[in-house]
Amino acid sequence: MATVSTNEFKNGLKFMLDGEPSTILDNETVKPGKGQAFNRVKVRKLISGKVLEKTFKSGETVEVADVMECDLDYLYSDGEFWHFMNAETFEQIAADAKAIGDNEKWLVEQDSCVITLWNGSPIIVTPANFVELEVTETDPGLKGDTAGTGGKPATLITGAVVRVPLFIQIGEIIKVDTRSGEYVSRVSK
Amino acid sequence: MNWQPSASIATLKQRAIILASVRDFFAQRDVMEVDTPAMSQATVTDVHLQTFNTTFVGPGAANGKTLYLQTSPEFHMKRLLCAGSGAIFQICKSFRNEESGRYHNPEFTMLEWYRPGFNHIDLMAEMDVLLQQVLNTAPSDSMSYQQAFIEHLAIDPLTADLEQLRQLAMSHDLGDFVATEQDHDTLLQLLFCFKIEPKIGLERPIMIYDFPASQAALAQISPADSRVAERFEVYYRGIELANGFHELADSDEQHDRFKIDNQKRVAAGLAPQPIDLHLIAALNAGLPDCAGVALGIDRLIMLALDQTHIDQVIAFEVQRS
Repeated sequence: MATVSTNEFKNGLKFMLDGEPSTILDNETVKPGKGQAFNRVKVRKLISGKVLEKTFKSGETVEVADVMECDLDYLYSDGEFWHFMNAETFEQIAADAKAIGDNEKWLVEQDSCVITLWNGSPIIVTPANFVELEVTETDPGLKGDTAGTGGKPATLITGAVVRVPLFIQIGEIIKVDTRSGEYVSRVSK
Repeated sequence: MNWQPSASIATLKQRAIILASVRDFFAQRDVMEVDTPAMSQATVTDVHLQTFNTTFVGPGAANGKTLYLQTSPEFHMKRLLCAGSGAIFQICKSFRNEESGRYHNPEFTMLEWYRPGFNHIDLMAEMDVLLQQVLNTAPSDSMSYQQAFIEHLAIDPLTADLEQLRQLAMSHDLGDFVATEQDHDTLLQLLFCFKIEPKIGLERPIMIYDFPASQAALAQISPADSRVAERFEVYYRGIELANGFHELADSDEQHDRFKIDNQKRVAAGLAPQPIDLHLIAALNAGLPDCAGVALGIDRLIMLALDQTHIDQVIAFEVQRS
């Protein structure tokens, strides 16, 4: 079991907190001129997503979390698991619904995703920042309308619903920012 | 390769003006500027201070002799006082390992001064005049360490036992280590750092005085109340600015405190430090009754110029040095 001391704390360090792998978002040392130093750390728990502040006595050690990230291509879902493949080694890995979270609507077959593994098992699936998806349902646009007049909801092939400009029609492909869930542009076929 | 200074030239000009005004403050009061060694054969024993050291090779030290970079000029300055210097001040580099961050650089500039005939209350008054001059602040507040805990945490730090402090720290979610913490002072420092310091000295500087005797460092124990030491600290806008003592003059007691520090170091898995026997001998010859204080100049300049990181007020922070 590898450990690190508070002296090695830095943003992005992954360690075990309350039995859950967590990542450091911010680390500040508080050191009185005379007396004990402390580390005030802002952490995000990787599974629950909870962000919290923790105080450590400087010199304390914590257990390093065996967390790594890899780029894998999304293959398909069998309803229970979502299957991904390493394009170089062809090794396949299956993520469960918990790891997928709300991101199923952004998974596009053959697109590369970032999979976060803890002890070799997927815990987070992060889709590409931008995906291109077909519009399957939306109200017909009104004549003469241009972008930026409020827009309308559109359902995409994966089930995601995003606000699009009025000129977008069923069957068109649009580019969406998966981080904000916002429409970016129309993709010409 | 970023060769540029971390502070702007305009800031460095302001810094030079502030340093000149500090020197002028002491010149007007007949306090002599001194210049003592940055390296010493002995060093501090404080369990929470980690020193830098280097090796001197030369005549009398053919096989190398360890020299320690000072964490403050205190020991040499006290030897000057014992030798009859009268009131003295110094602006110099001090070095503390393992300290780097928003308010810390491993080497930093310290202003330290000593006033024979003053106690810590007199020195707090002089500190206040200096701060008003440099920072343009209103007269400082002051409050005892005990009052600060009672007012902000409703607990008496001088009578609370370990379990009460643990419960209080846990109720404020101050870290998992708290549940098993055995050190009374660690819990007090934790509560002070996170639950008192952020709330005090926001509008004007505040001086907190009469620290628990267990945190006396090099201060006298109060003759009026043996539970407290005649030590004060200055806080302003979230920054710990200065630490002062009505100086301990008893050489035996000082020697004992150094030895106890070293026992604590060994218990904490740290190497014991060589005790400064020159200082003990000087105290034995006689330290005039005096008060002394150390103030972080870089932090003073941060406050004066409204800067948020120490890197912005020093020419080259450690990563650019």
